[in-house]
Amino acid sequence: MSGDFKLEKNGNANGKIFNGLNGHQPDLDKKAFQENFEPTPLHAAILTYLGYAIITVFGFIRDLMRKYHIEKLHAATEDPEMKDFVPLYASFESFYTRNMYNRIQDVFNRPVCSVPGATIDIVERKFSNSGWTSEYTGKVLKNVINLGSYNYLGFAENEGTCTEAAIVTAKKYGAGVCSSRQEIGNQDIHMKLEQTMADYLDVEACIIFGMGYATNSTNIPCLVDKSCLILSDGLNHASLVLGCRLSGATIRVFKHNDMEDLERKLSDGVVYGQPRTHRPWKKILIIVEGVYSMEGSIVNLPGVLALKKKYKAYLYLDEAHSIGALGDHGRGVTEYFGIHASEVDIMMGTFTKSFGAAGGYIAGNRALVEHLRAHSHSACYATSMSPPVCQQILTSLSIISGTEEGRNRIKQLAKNSKTFRQGLKKIGYIVYGNDDSPVVPTMIYLPCKIGAYGREMLQRGFAVVVVGFPATPIVESRVRFCMSAALTDEQIEKALKAAEDVARVLKLDYSADKSLSC
Amino acid sequence: MDQPHKWVLAEAIHSMYQAPLYHLILEVLLVIWILRLLFSKSYRIQDRVPLTKSEKEALVLDWTPEPLVPPLDKTLSEAVPYRAVNGQPGKNVEVDGRLCLNMASLNFLGLLGNLRIEKQATQSIKKYGVGSCGPRAFYGTVDVHVELEEKLAKFIKSERAIIYSYGFASIASAIPAYAKRGDIIFADEGVCFAIQKGLQASRSKIVYFKHNDMRDLEEKLKHQEQLDKKDSKKASVTRKFMVVEGLYMNSGQICDLPKLVELKYKYKVRLFVEESLSFGVLGEHGRGITEHFNIPIGKVDMISGSLEYALASSGGFCCGRAYVIDHQRLSGQGYVFSASLPPFLATAAMEALDIMHENADMLKELKYKGRKMQQLLNGIPGIELVGYPDSPAFHLRRKDPVSFKEDLQFLQDIVNKCSKNDLCLTIAGRLKDEELNSNWPPSIRVAVTVKISDEELERAANIIRDATV
Repeated sequence: MSGDFKLEKNGNANGKIFNGLNGHQPDLDKKAFQENFEPTPLHAAILTYLGYAIITVFGFIRDLMRKYHIEKLHAATEDPEMKDFVPLYASFESFYTRNMYNRIQDVFNRPVCSVPGATIDIVERKFSNSGWTSEYTGKVLKNVINLGSYNYLGFAENEGTCTEAAIVTAKKYGAGVCSSRQEIGNQDIHMKLEQTMADYLDVEACIIFGMGYATNSTNIPCLVDKSCLILSDGLNHASLVLGCRLSGATIRVFKHNDMEDLERKLSDGVVYGQPRTHRPWKKILIIVEGVYSMEGSIVNLPGVLALKKKYKAYLYLDEAHSIGALGDHGRGVTEYFGIHASEVDIMMGTFTKSFGAAGGYIAGNRALVEHLRAHSHSACYATSMSPPVCQQILTSLSIISGTEEGRNRIKQLAKNSKTFRQGLKKIGYIVYGNDDSPVVPTMIYLPCKIGAYGREMLQRGFAVVVVGFPATPIVESRVRFCMSAALTDEQIEKALKAAEDVARVLKLDYSADKSLSC
Repeated sequence: MDQPHKWVLAEAIHSMYQAPLYHLILEVLLVIWILRLLFSKSYRIQDRVPLTKSEKEALVLDWTPEPLVPPLDKTLSEAVPYRAVNGQPGKNVEVDGRLCLNMASLNFLGLLGNLRIEKQATQSIKKYGVGSCGPRAFYGTVDVHVELEEKLAKFIKSERAIIYSYGFASIASAIPAYAKRGDIIFADEGVCFAIQKGLQASRSKIVYFKHNDMRDLEEKLKHQEQLDKKDSKKASVTRKFMVVEGLYMNSGQICDLPKLVELKYKYKVRLFVEESLSFGVLGEHGRGITEHFNIPIGKVDMISGSLEYALASSGGFCCGRAYVIDHQRLSGQGYVFSASLPPFLATAAMEALDIMHENADMLKELKYKGRKMQQLLNGIPGIELVGYPDSPAFHLRRKDPVSFKEDLQFLQDIVNKCSKNDLCLTIAGRLKDEELNSNWPPSIRVAVTVKISDEELERAANIIRDATV
């Protein structure tokens, strides 16, 4: 059912893929699934490699200078009593950290001192000695427009119904629990949240955990073991990778969002079975995410479901960035494609991004959830979720699913994402990903521009997230804008103006086709 | 045309007479070898044989996977149902409809429900909202996190501290940040599950020593030293670590820290101590096991603790020298790839730390109550008490074990009987099949909180005694 598309050499698809797989809603097969990954322009690639080469050369020179005490060593050193011990770090391990990351440290780990809403207050720091030493200047940059926090539906607020309910709960239940779910940490508020979440997603049951990262790393080992096969998307999050590793299953990686590669690996898995013995696999689990935050792409869910049904595999869908952000009622990528949640075996998500809280959940049929209640590492050994956090999720859920306000927030988010993306494309940025995703990554490529972009935008009053190697491939450093329903049209306009200004200063208009707009 | 053939053949035969002996022998052997290859069994293709498309489709149709999870009725029949707690646990807790004395929550300093903490947490929510909405690197670093890290470091008297948003994740992320494939870790057999996951994630070689047995550890260290002498080049790049707990979650014993520090310097092995239970419990001011044994904290390479037990908040921390801890800011997976701790929980932890700092006699009282409870429960027929005498968390096991299932049922019956008499206890949660040591006996973990009065302790002890009959 995938229409004609040509695969670029890095496995990305550039074109339209038609969704014609869901028979329930006939008009859905006309919905175009458009993802854009404009290939890296040659001159940018060359300059990027050159840039890294220069940094490496200078890095070597500085390391030599530090070794021979020509330059002062600011880094912490090993305890002199322990000099006979085997060194704790390999000397080359932190080469990148010392010589590249340290110099642009001021764009990372920026301390904030307010609620991370549409605007945020950043505590100013001053760096000296090429980034080795820092101090607080004592100034606070107030009301910086926040394009970096995960605040998709704008629930990061310190006033309003959510906050008031959370305060009431904090007074009634306190902050901590001091026990795990299996012992005596299972409170009525947890059970209420689980029921509410299951109702919202329209599945049989749901179980919640205190940390989104731990939801993946402590539950995947309960579902698969060493005689199972996991097919994991190439760009999956570190928590999914850790969960797969801890389970002991065989992991095979398929190219990002590439249904042909996935089918090939599924077919090989079923046909040839386990390596060497050729015994059949006990289970095959496909792990994908709803929205990939570094690429801005949305998983080709109809494609994956069709393959899953054909090869009788199980599907684990990590909706960390898509729950609350996609779909008419915020139910995530399943609602976006018009697919019912029961078709996905394991629906996982986090509460950090769209609900302004913390923690994660896994939802599905009752057998799955009861199995996890009994066997999840987190339910047995880790303390349960803090009650005010549960209340925040409950209140925000009730707003999203029932009220006019919720619908408006979702609409505003979709509108903001579209406007911002189109605006950036018009300026000439290369923007990756799907037009409907609330995450908007734009390419910078050159390493020196990473630091420059962060600083320039802060000067103009905008907080952005810049990422480079190793979170992204070495050539493809990028700026990742996170849209929010809390941003007003005015703020989006201001942001686009600032982005245009910085693009002019840093020459970031790489896009070959300046008329690229949905 | 015949001439060349005859000529070649004649030449060949002629040269055979003239060739040196070794040449002829070599040629004969070669011919024998070729003949052998020609007549031996053909090479069996072990690797994949290309199958036709229809064969593949048939295989796909044939294959049936196992169900994702066991059937619902099986899971429900084997699992112990969760107990329903209503409202906030504190000294008393409402479980399954009854108000009971709470000796199950690890609420050592009785800070659950503390009004000062509640006030600070509420003010924090009014300022920062609930969630931090981002990882530490991307606007998730709130000033309260930085403040809490500095306060913790100052309190414990170490150079640096780093906060994690989940207690389980702190040690499970810290160990793989330093230990990689090819390194060696000496770990106690009885370490808690989070440490086991950290050890598994590190991919290092793990050598387990008998629970709290320093002689066994020294033997294993000596053995490794001998292996190192044989291959000193490899040994000079193999890092070695020891992982122990201050107060063991699984047995209530404390580790022998002076001996461990001695072994550290003797065999050049770095020492990591996990202090989830002992922070806020051991030591004169609650600084943990280093204060308990009066050892300067710089001697321990890294201490990993939890904000979830004594401090009644959420999250975990690691502290140590800056040289060691700063590495985790880029390599600690649970730190880099996860949203940061909600600000109000950090504020709650800071307030709890202040309370602990101001009321140092709470620690003395806690030890006294822990000791008293252990003395009251000592000598109950059929029950064995395991734990360090001053520890407020200790275990009750069956004295003459029969089988895992029966012992577990025996202990569960005790817990149920105590519930009926308004005393809440809990079986120490363990996933028997996932744990390293599946033969570890089941136990009831009793947790004493400083808020319980002496009379209530005596009443509780009598209830337990009656329940074992």
